[in-house]
Amino acid sequence: MTMKLVVVGNGMVGHRLLEELAALPSSGLDVTVLCEETRAAYDRVHLSEYFAGKSADDLSLVTPGFFERNGMRLRLATRAVGIDRAMKRVTTDGGNVVPYDKLVIATGSTPFVPAIPGNDRPGCLAYRTLDDLDALVRWGGQSRHGVVVGGGLLGLECAKALRDLGLETHVVEFASRLMAVQVDDIGGQMLRQAIEELGLVVHTGKNTLRIDDGETRRHRMVFADGGHLETDLIVFSAGIRPRDELARLSGLGVGQRGGIMVDNFCRTRDRDVYAIGECAQWGGKVFGLVAPGYEMARVVAKHLGALLTRRQAAELPEFAGADMSTKLKLMGVDVASIGDAHGATPGSRSYQFSDGRRQVYKKLVVSGDGRRLLGGVLVGDASDYGQLLQMMLNGLELPESPESLILPALDGKPKAGPAVDALPASAQVCSCNNVSKGQLCAAVAAGADTIDALKQATRAGTSCGGCVPLATQIMKAELQRQGLAVDNRLCEHFAHSRQELYHLVRVGRIKRFDDLLARHGRGLGCDICKPAVASILASCWNEFVLQQEHAALQDSNDYFLANIQKDGSYSVVPRMPGGEVTPEGLIRIGEIARKHGLYTKLTGGQRVDMFGARLEQLPLVWEELIAAGFESGHAYGKSLRTVKSCVGSTWCRYGVQDSVGMAIGLEHRYKGLRSPHKLKFGVSGCARECAEAQGKDVGVIATEHGWNLYVCGNGGMKPRHAELLAGDLDADTLVRYIDRFLMFYIRTADRLQRTSTWRDNLEGGLDYLRDVVVHDRLGIAAELESEMRQVIDAYACEWKKAVDDPQVRARFRHFVNSEAADDQVAFVPVRGQVRPATAEEKRGRLGGIPVVVETE
Amino acid sequence: MNSITASSEWTSVCRIGEIVPDTGVCALVQGEQVAVFRLAGDALYAIDNIDPDNGAAVLSRGLTGSLGERVVVASPIHKHHFDLRTGECLEAPQHGVRVWKVRVDGDLVQVGRGDR
Repeated sequence: MTMKLVVVGNGMVGHRLLEELAALPSSGLDVTVLCEETRAAYDRVHLSEYFAGKSADDLSLVTPGFFERNGMRLRLATRAVGIDRAMKRVTTDGGNVVPYDKLVIATGSTPFVPAIPGNDRPGCLAYRTLDDLDALVRWGGQSRHGVVVGGGLLGLECAKALRDLGLETHVVEFASRLMAVQVDDIGGQMLRQAIEELGLVVHTGKNTLRIDDGETRRHRMVFADGGHLETDLIVFSAGIRPRDELARLSGLGVGQRGGIMVDNFCRTRDRDVYAIGECAQWGGKVFGLVAPGYEMARVVAKHLGALLTRRQAAELPEFAGADMSTKLKLMGVDVASIGDAHGATPGSRSYQFSDGRRQVYKKLVVSGDGRRLLGGVLVGDASDYGQLLQMMLNGLELPESPESLILPALDGKPKAGPAVDALPASAQVCSCNNVSKGQLCAAVAAGADTIDALKQATRAGTSCGGCVPLATQIMKAELQRQGLAVDNRLCEHFAHSRQELYHLVRVGRIKRFDDLLARHGRGLGCDICKPAVASILASCWNEFVLQQEHAALQDSNDYFLANIQKDGSYSVVPRMPGGEVTPEGLIRIGEIARKHGLYTKLTGGQRVDMFGARLEQLPLVWEELIAAGFESGHAYGKSLRTVKSCVGSTWCRYGVQDSVGMAIGLEHRYKGLRSPHKLKFGVSGCARECAEAQGKDVGVIATEHGWNLYVCGNGGMKPRHAELLAGDLDADTLVRYIDRFLMFYIRTADRLQRTSTWRDNLEGGLDYLRDVVVHDRLGIAAELESEMRQVIDAYACEWKKAVDDPQVRARFRHFVNSEAADDQVAFVPVRGQVRPATAEEKRGRLGGIPVVVETE
Repeated sequence: MNSITASSEWTSVCRIGEIVPDTGVCALVQGEQVAVFRLAGDALYAIDNIDPDNGAAVLSRGLTGSLGERVVVASPIHKHHFDLRTGECLEAPQHGVRVWKVRVDGDLVQVGRGDR
């Protein structure tokens, strides 16, 4: 027997329910999903990243093929308008009728728009859906000044979005402080200072009476205190209201302040109708966070699963309320609120620490006997959040002086706090996805030995990301405990990671592989450690890779400064910075390729690749390329490849900056830089992004005010969009940040680890990277810049050195004792050029069947 | 530029100084391609130059090193490792190569057909 399930709403919580259902062992569910929006579920928590470059696809929560695979029907742009509980069917706005056995309402919430006269004027918007965001972008384009009504969590997120759109941004809050629910007065004050330093203007204690026509701008907001504020755009983000109208119309119980009333199984008063997420009210409360919604989804999925299999419901999970602790980063400012942040518990005591210069405020609320943590507030530095939250949730014993938990460590000693070992296995580490320490440990035992693998295996850290540092600690401790000690040895010859070797080379000023092997390794080395060390030596000292001491370390590609192909021939790629080439240059390349019988093809990096060169042809080809003004393109090295660019403001009607000029500058700056893996850049002259910079390790996109810097993108096997590291930079700052970013990557990445994988495994994620590169949290920025300076100053074209050095040049012959050519390299014609002969064709040639054999 | 000096058994292919330490060269010996390697302490090894996996004549251009007790070269094409003493291919046993005899006479490197 199948059970017809109708789910109204495909938001984050509604979709989580579907995922939980898909994971049920039992089949027999016939699921129809009604979704009012035109898009399936997406990540509303990270909505503001839409303005920082993420696309609607990036924000999607639906894995490709999810609905098809699980036989679920999704009806987009279909709103449920009525429930006939007697007939058990839902009516849609299109007049269709969908019957159900069980119904789940997951309609979420709507932004609360205060009843202010004028709140419906054009240019007064809400902030909730991707469609809202599109409207915001449209209006933002016609505005210079914007106001967000509401200084809570969502309001400040929205203010960030306005700022990202380049608007002068004001926040108007009714209460006397920002984030009134989560932080106290001093915390709110600290937050306000930090945000105002970022250029936002905050107005608190402002009651808006009405919105009229403005004199200098579109609107005028008139306040109860007699003041007014003129602006072009108003966004309401003053809290949420549950979307419970369906329940109201159909006689399901609704709370006084809104929200469909549900029991511990999230059932409404009708046993066949459930409600989950922000539209539901449990114990008199509506939970405006995603984690409790996810928990409700899990409870309902289990409940439905039990009904399907007619199991006893005795051990079914029940919803038991939720911890409302939160941690977030608002415009770079950490804010966290834990448990009883306001000290509402009778008899509780509090400790506070504030540092006006660093704009850090921390408060602990502890029980009257000082033994248990009840809550806390962190502003400016929330790095202790995970630890404090665990202490609170698990009732761990506080140290004798609880204040030590929030005081800065003056003597450099690590702070007192529970080691991760003190946490019970049941401790919930990821509250968004309800992942316990025990589950994390089990996943580690099953083979998840990187944070990326752990995320995939458990979903921990995949929503808000707040628990990633703690999850990483647990992973490391568990690996150690299981004797799986994180094995990042480079190979059998070095018991060190690449990062450690890099450090040893730097600190020991080691310049030769043999010295490194003698001091820190064993054996002869191998094809793993030799190129890795060669790359480290080149990153640090940038000596000629083919000089005697380094030559034997290089992979065949680096040894012959060309890319080996399947038949043992090589391809040659001259550098064309930014993809710019003169007609004369193109003609010369054409002539050289024709003369040497090379197959030519354009690469994805905007340059010409010439294939089919025999070893002995390489120096001859390069002599001619150098004479024509070309340099090595380093297509063979783990190094900077290309900086792709669009034509930019010089020619393009839309361009706002000179992207070609910037690309050429960057390519010349970083050419020859050896790194753990290849590096690709892109520079686009406007937001249309024709250079596809967001698919590159370093992507630069022009704005009206300067340049946005994106990092850690990748095309290839596992595409990853680059993330915005910093915005609206001037050219000098941009280059400084790229210097730091690249050198930090070179310092810390594993061998052959692209920036995207490096970033995915970077503890602390993008925030940490930004702290290091932009805010110089580690105090190493100057060092990184000077290391880059050394590499840049030591640049020389490798091919120029190679053709001028008789010793090096002598290696470019196939036989050491004969001028004969390698008979394994043979070509046949194709489309007016050549390609390598297949094995059969080569055999045929030996058997006398005529084949064109290309010779000099 | 060395002419091939063939005695009954040994072919002189180059001077030892012509092989960069820890690398290999390719020599034409009795019409066949032989990869000759010079490793630490001037230890010499010689195997077929053609990688049987793909038919490319490239083994002399591979990176040399050790894996446990074995002395190996990694083919540049797909990084298969060949034991320089036995010719075994560690990743694909069916793709082993022949071992050639090699010695130094004065400073001349000489190659001869192996027993196997």
